[in-house]
Amino acid sequence: MSDHESTYVPKTAVEKWLDTRLPIVRFGADYMSLPTPKNLNYWWTFGGILALCLATQIATGIVLAMHYVPNTELAFASVERIMRDVNGGDLIRYTHANGASMFFVAVYLHMLRGLYYGSYKAPREMIWIVGCVIFFLMIATAFLGYVLPWGQMSYWGAEVITNLIGAIPGIGEPILIWLRGGPAIDNATLNRFFSLHYLLPFVIAGCVVLHLWALHHAGQNNPVGILIPKDRQKKDMVPFHPYFTVKDGFAIILFLMLFATFVFFMPNALGHADNYIPANPLQTPAHIVPEWYMLPFYAILRAVPDKFGGVLAMFGAIGVLFVLPWLDRSKVRSMRYRPTMRVFFLIFVAVGLILGWCGAQLPDAQVIPGMPSFTLVDGKLNSYLWLTRFATLYYFAFFLVILPLVGLKEKPLPIPATISEPVLSGAEEQKG
Amino acid sequence: MAESVVEGEGGDATRRDFIHIAAGAAAVGAGAMVVWPLINQMNPAADTLALASIEFDMTKVQEGQQVVIKWQGKPVFVRYRSAAELQKLQAEPNEGKPVQPDSARTKEGHGQYLVVLGNCTHLGCVPTFGTGDYGGWFCPCHGSHYDASGRIRKGPAPLNLVVPEYEFVSDTRIKIG
Repeated sequence: MSDHESTYVPKTAVEKWLDTRLPIVRFGADYMSLPTPKNLNYWWTFGGILALCLATQIATGIVLAMHYVPNTELAFASVERIMRDVNGGDLIRYTHANGASMFFVAVYLHMLRGLYYGSYKAPREMIWIVGCVIFFLMIATAFLGYVLPWGQMSYWGAEVITNLIGAIPGIGEPILIWLRGGPAIDNATLNRFFSLHYLLPFVIAGCVVLHLWALHHAGQNNPVGILIPKDRQKKDMVPFHPYFTVKDGFAIILFLMLFATFVFFMPNALGHADNYIPANPLQTPAHIVPEWYMLPFYAILRAVPDKFGGVLAMFGAIGVLFVLPWLDRSKVRSMRYRPTMRVFFLIFVAVGLILGWCGAQLPDAQVIPGMPSFTLVDGKLNSYLWLTRFATLYYFAFFLVILPLVGLKEKPLPIPATISEPVLSGAEEQKG
Repeated sequence: MAESVVEGEGGDATRRDFIHIAAGAAAVGAGAMVVWPLINQMNPAADTLALASIEFDMTKVQEGQQVVIKWQGKPVFVRYRSAAELQKLQAEPNEGKPVQPDSARTKEGHGQYLVVLGNCTHLGCVPTFGTGDYGGWFCPCHGSHYDASGRIRKGPAPLNLVVPEYEFVSDTRIKIG
């Protein structure tokens, strides 16, 4: 996977024997000695954190599958049995459930890092695109997994999300029945969702291999965003191990503290109480919401008054990420040197949070309580419906209008020739 | 065998081209035949399809009330509309998407009974009885209002509540499906 020159020298006879037959130790050694830009900051530690998240989900998931029963009559009870009777089952399930949330916390920060520092630009487009595939698979896996406990939220989440496919004109209905295995969400649906929920994490793992392969081939980006010239590589780069294994390790410990806080002290804080009520196909809960990490996309779905239009907007919100490398017209990668773009980026982050907030509210509820307002088209202006619409508009404008135009119009700050320059000039300023 | 290796002139198809295309097409066909059972197994199984119809005794519904029954895993609303509700429906005959009179949604001689699928046509939630602005149902998920004929009056739902295929097998019994 690594393109840099190998520095591994087999020492023992066994290593020498193995190296000529299956150079797996060399592969690992080269992997760990990858030359890495020495100015990577803590925003670069989420890759390692995400690898840990995936490993945690797979390990806890395999164990849970030993006790879980994918049958509508038994699923809910089998999850309760895991919680009450299986040795340490509650801890394993809480780790798996909160692990999904932690996974999304890390992946969103990882993606925003890429967006801010222009990590998707040439020659790293494939790293970004494979990353988008992983993100999409994560959403699918999380959705499938959320259905398995067969509580009220599980059932109605599955109902609403599969109905999105039914919105496709003409072929939607037959696809919907094919997907569910019957006219309604039932045992056939639960059983196949379990099968796919077990499968997809391994597909994700395969995509992670491609993600890393592309990363090691194109080389890592860095906060300054410049490509490191060949003759500067000795000066500006350090081996991944021990420098970044230690840095990543420290970040992982901090991350695990957050993770453990949820698992041990507030394991249900991110879930919904209604999912402890067994699924009832005859009654919808009064207020259904998806898990927090889906809320921005759920808000976009509800912003569009047309059913199929809403579905297109929601998938479009993820789809637009795939073409991001070609939407951004700027030659400068890092937003450190793009003061105008940085402002739009910060608004984008705020808009993402607003969309998430809107997704959890009733569309007709007032944003500012008590403020008089008037009806615009189909809803009060002072409602989450319209706040969501404005936020949705900015979300798409950021990718389709702002990124292309600002890239062409803005005047970026001067870019340093090497990644050492900003550090050294700063030191001289301090001396003088 | 000699002629089989002669190259076609100026891009003419040769025997070899033909063999390549034929073999490729056969492989694609064979691939499709292998994949099809793997796709088709996800369609409703025979036992699922066998649960196609049920019967229901209409005397179980009181005037002004509805009973929710389960058919093919989905809720079905059986509603006995009150005289006041029927009067109100007659006052506003054609409504909904598609625009329909109430009589098009009931059986002749049994106009007081409405039988509809209990899933909102938006994203499938179950609307709550007797709420909303039009005296029919209100969907709590995304705010669709239906009238007492199950016609969509306000909100994101694209269609009226679906009237399933059913018939009166006697004066008081219906068969759904």
